[in-house]
Amino acid sequence: MIKTEMLHFAYPTGDEVLKGIDLEIEDSEFVAIMGENGAGKTTLIKHFNGLNKPTKGRVLIDGVDTRKRSVASISRDVGLVFQNPDHQLFCETVKEEVSFSLKNFGYDEATIERRTNSILETLDLSEYCDSSPFTLSGGERKRVALASVLVWNPKHVVLDEPTIGQDYLQKDRLRNFILQLVSQRKTVIMVTHDVEFVAECKPRVLLLSRGNVVADGPAHKILSDDGLANQCSLIRPQMSSLMSSLKDLGLAQDVIDVYTARSCLLEAFRKVR
Amino acid sequence: MSIRMFEGFKFSKLPTPLHDMDPRAKFVLTIGIFAVALLFSNIYALSAVLLIQMPLVYMAKSTRRWMKSMKGGALLALLIFAMNFITGTSFTFLLSMTIRFLSIISSFSIFFMTTSPDDLGLALERMRIPYTLCFTFTTAVRLVPTMALDAQTVVDAQKSRGLELEKGNLLKRIRNYVPILIPLIVNAIRRSVELAEALESRAFGTTEKREPLVVLKMRLTDYLTVLTTIAFVVIAVYINLYVPLPTFDIPIRMPHIWPWMRWQP
Repeated sequence: MIKTEMLHFAYPTGDEVLKGIDLEIEDSEFVAIMGENGAGKTTLIKHFNGLNKPTKGRVLIDGVDTRKRSVASISRDVGLVFQNPDHQLFCETVKEEVSFSLKNFGYDEATIERRTNSILETLDLSEYCDSSPFTLSGGERKRVALASVLVWNPKHVVLDEPTIGQDYLQKDRLRNFILQLVSQRKTVIMVTHDVEFVAECKPRVLLLSRGNVVADGPAHKILSDDGLANQCSLIRPQMSSLMSSLKDLGLAQDVIDVYTARSCLLEAFRKVR
Repeated sequence: MSIRMFEGFKFSKLPTPLHDMDPRAKFVLTIGIFAVALLFSNIYALSAVLLIQMPLVYMAKSTRRWMKSMKGGALLALLIFAMNFITGTSFTFLLSMTIRFLSIISSFSIFFMTTSPDDLGLALERMRIPYTLCFTFTTAVRLVPTMALDAQTVVDAQKSRGLELEKGNLLKRIRNYVPILIPLIVNAIRRSVELAEALESRAFGTTEKREPLVVLKMRLTDYLTVLTTIAFVVIAVYINLYVPLPTFDIPIRMPHIWPWMRWQP
């Protein structure tokens, strides 16, 4: 479980970015952290693997204070995928890049080979295994970065803006892959601005604004709330706006995805007939 | 060495006389301090060069950030200290060299903390340096904090993949920095290509003769600063040539176990 208690964090410049965050994320839960630019989302997730240490309060990963463990040791349990893959790629081939972390964690050669091949196949990267990561497209580099973290099979996976630079097909694959991780009882936490992606995944949503949690609940409740959306510079999902505009038909107002909207509309049509 | 050291070389706008000073006058002052620091190897003289900068730091209201650059510089100074010590240099001389290094770091820290990259570019243009060169220089200065932020993110990303920078013997520790340096260099090259394309798209270099929006003008205080600096350098040269300065010797010296390492003039 990931737990924060009155978490405050200020950068050395004195700017307080997090102002007393209390939250609990259970094992195998799927959470999306959303909010306006500068709300403190990335700063918050950097606390989950100990890169940032609280200036006040504490962060507990499976009951242990992050101040008492090194980043490398916490990273075995918490895999953090950074937003920009160019901040981590440095090897000559994709395969070496993906196996880098396994070497750091001291796995034997056979395990490294097996796990690397497996994750490359899962993320549709096998054909690039001998290519230089620098020659790949933005979306492919992003998947290499994702593979290089998932390869050591961390218990909790934290993704910073995973959908940036991905085309629709890759986004759909990513969604399925994340849902697969959740079904494997992994905790998945993602920071994102992509409301449509969240609407399709339907995780628990944590809404951050100016360093505070302003809302916490299921996606369909949070993303269909116009007041919250305005407060956190979000635009409601298209299906939510559609349902609002058809309010007079007596349709449910907490619908955010296509499939639920379709069944609501079909039901309404049947009643009209 | 923490990248926070770069904070001590980053410009921030403050209402102080040093910030308002003409960049050319400030540059003369910095070069003056730099030259005098190189001129002397006497410990008292070098200490004086370091101490006379204190009022400037106070005037610039940037003591905390100046301390950061000095802390970063102190680590490099320690390296200079250690290298001189193991090659059998006298303790007094190696102390002098450390103070000289800190004086130079301090003078450039004060200059960059109080001079905006724009002013620096204008000053270079007024010195009839081609605009493309001025632009390259000011862009490089402007990108230092961005590169420092990038470096911190790369370190964070690699630490998150289990990299432990402080692990292993000296050779291993040096090799640990490869995963940090390669993404940084690749990003810098990528950024420069993107910047060049953006500049070309915005018609950079189309006009032969540019008309600056702000024209720099030397004021009385700026002329006085330049004159004081020149007087300071002249007096320093005179003292160095004709006035015997006191010194002392601390009898701590590394035994000459590596005679081949001793520098012979």
